[in-house]
Amino acid sequence: MINWLANPARFTRLSAQAMPWCGGAAAVALAVGLFWSLVVAPPDYQQGDTVRIMYVHVPAAWMALSVYLFVAVASAVALVWRHPLADIAARAAAPIGAAFTFVCLVTGSLWGKPMWGAWWVWDARLTSVLILFFLYLGYIALANAFDDPARGGRAGAVLALVGVVNLPIIKFSVDWWNTLHQPASVMRVGGPRIAISMLAPLLIMALGFALLFAVLLMLRMRTALNERKAMALRLNAGARRPARRSGERAVSMHTAAP
Amino acid sequence: MTGAVGAFLTMGGYAGFVWPAYGIAFAVLGGLALFSWRRYRDSAGAVERLERDLGRRR
Repeated sequence: MINWLANPARFTRLSAQAMPWCGGAAAVALAVGLFWSLVVAPPDYQQGDTVRIMYVHVPAAWMALSVYLFVAVASAVALVWRHPLADIAARAAAPIGAAFTFVCLVTGSLWGKPMWGAWWVWDARLTSVLILFFLYLGYIALANAFDDPARGGRAGAVLALVGVVNLPIIKFSVDWWNTLHQPASVMRVGGPRIAISMLAPLLIMALGFALLFAVLLMLRMRTALNERKAMALRLNAGARRPARRSGERAVSMHTAAP
Repeated sequence: MTGAVGAFLTMGGYAGFVWPAYGIAFAVLGGLALFSWRRYRDSAGAVERLERDLGRRR
């Protein structure tokens, strides 16, 4: 399945068909999810209306972890099989994951202040998610730090794989250490411990975020494929033109970005 | 402010925390989507222009 999809031409064709459907579904899920979260869902009996922050904070946190796992798996595929589409997928996903992590941290802070009395505490859960954010930034910086994209991709991929050790630390930080952060209430042994009136909008928002990730991933991967194609066309155009003087590098007239 | 709309806007006194949380999430994710879309449009335009120019020169 992955091998079959990992053909750039086939990916471009399939993503062109999938993107409008994914985009439409994301818009519907987010619209329904927002209405449900802000209007329909009841306030919490202890936390009042601040519980509504959960409907953004928790799906963003799930995406922060899932997208990192995606970047790591794509990096492993790129390292082992040297498939260019895997490297493109990892590079395209990382900024989306960083954005979800940032949203998770900021909304958590805005939830922490009224409920804990502090914008930030250096406890295990918060600190490990902050490290996740820095891992994303480190990956993005490293992958783009080399003139040769292949070398940058390999260096970034190694960092992404080393950073995977942070994922179980984040997940189990609330069980391993004493923390202000509440323990898992949805993905736990014995099933979710949250009222259905709150679980439903939470899952719809999570679906909306996941679909948004899928659309943005495909869009950014196609952008990268276009940019590589444009570079190849420029080199091709340069090679076709006869060099006026020996030693002069043939440069296309179209190197200036639009 | 009273009534259902007032209660919605004041968020039980937590408006200063709930609305910024949704606003920042919207700004960050919407901004990323807009930036990604514009970069895609530019890249597609560049490929189209280059292919047209190469075809003309042949």
